[in-house]
Amino acid sequence: MELRVTVNGAERRFAPPLTVAGLVGEMGVAGRRIAIERNGEIVPRSRYGETMLADGDRLEVVVAVGGG
Amino acid sequence: MADELVIAGKAYGSRLLVGTGKYRDFAQTRAAIDASGAEIVTVAIRRVNIGQNPGEPNLLDALPPDRFTILPNTAGCFTAEDAVRTLRLARELLDGHALVKLEVLGDAETLFPNMPETLAAAKTLVAEGFQVMVYCSDDPILARQLEDIGCVAVMPLASLIGSGMGILNPWNLQIIRDRAKVPVLVDAGIGTASDAAVAMELGCDGVLMNTAIANATDPVRMGRAMKLAVEAGREAFLAGRMPKKPYRASASSPTEGLIGKAS
Repeated sequence: MELRVTVNGAERRFAPPLTVAGLVGEMGVAGRRIAIERNGEIVPRSRYGETMLADGDRLEVVVAVGGG
Repeated sequence: MADELVIAGKAYGSRLLVGTGKYRDFAQTRAAIDASGAEIVTVAIRRVNIGQNPGEPNLLDALPPDRFTILPNTAGCFTAEDAVRTLRLARELLDGHALVKLEVLGDAETLFPNMPETLAAAKTLVAEGFQVMVYCSDDPILARQLEDIGCVAVMPLASLIGSGMGILNPWNLQIIRDRAKVPVLVDAGIGTASDAAVAMELGCDGVLMNTAIANATDPVRMGRAMKLAVEAGREAFLAGRMPKKPYRASASSPTEGLIGKAS
């Protein structure tokens, strides 16, 4: 069974099980200064490794960019 | 005594706050900001580009948070909910950093703020422990309401964001400044150095700008011009300008001892 999650508005499929830390690795943003919201709630960086993703999760992964 | 800008209990030497958008690259961003002397710099929060350019340079490498006070904004948010979510992400991104710039837009064309949504977002953010600097219309009553909610600075617009039209209503800014107990910063609409100087001469506590510097032909030089303008305007305000005397000239040189006259 596939794990379907929506990341930054686009649906992606992964092989379960997958943690937030695993997702960060899959997306190629490990080590970057990012922040993640899962289903409307912040996932603290310290919990990436223990937070399991569930089918249908909606994630926002953000960075700081130039702006006024 | 040093003339410092105090926001949420922290003192800053510079009264110029700058944005980080619209520059050619991060090197130019950093050079212009260094020239401006700004200590507080705004950043936007956006979705990361997944799987693209893993080695892509990071804005926060060019502007390290241990050197600058990073002020995350909610630019582009049109609802209180989106603004609050954005700043919760920003706080996580910046390791618990509480000082933020709230803006909730009401119109995509003019970028005028949606003040009811701004007030609602401010209430939520203050309750969650954020220190909220808030972009707002130049309505003195709304500015007071934002202060009453607990915002640490109110930031009325001089004119439309990115327009460079300068200060359209100095009288409203004056009323807001005269009544507010928190710092009042002019945010948005500054076009050139004289606009910044006028804002400071009105007694405003600071000025926040982005496009005026970033879209100048020489952004680094304009950064320096804005630094000087904000300092000059502040000094003039503190010095206390001479009263205006409409239609009444007053010679600066002695009126006696002129040559060619019978004594």
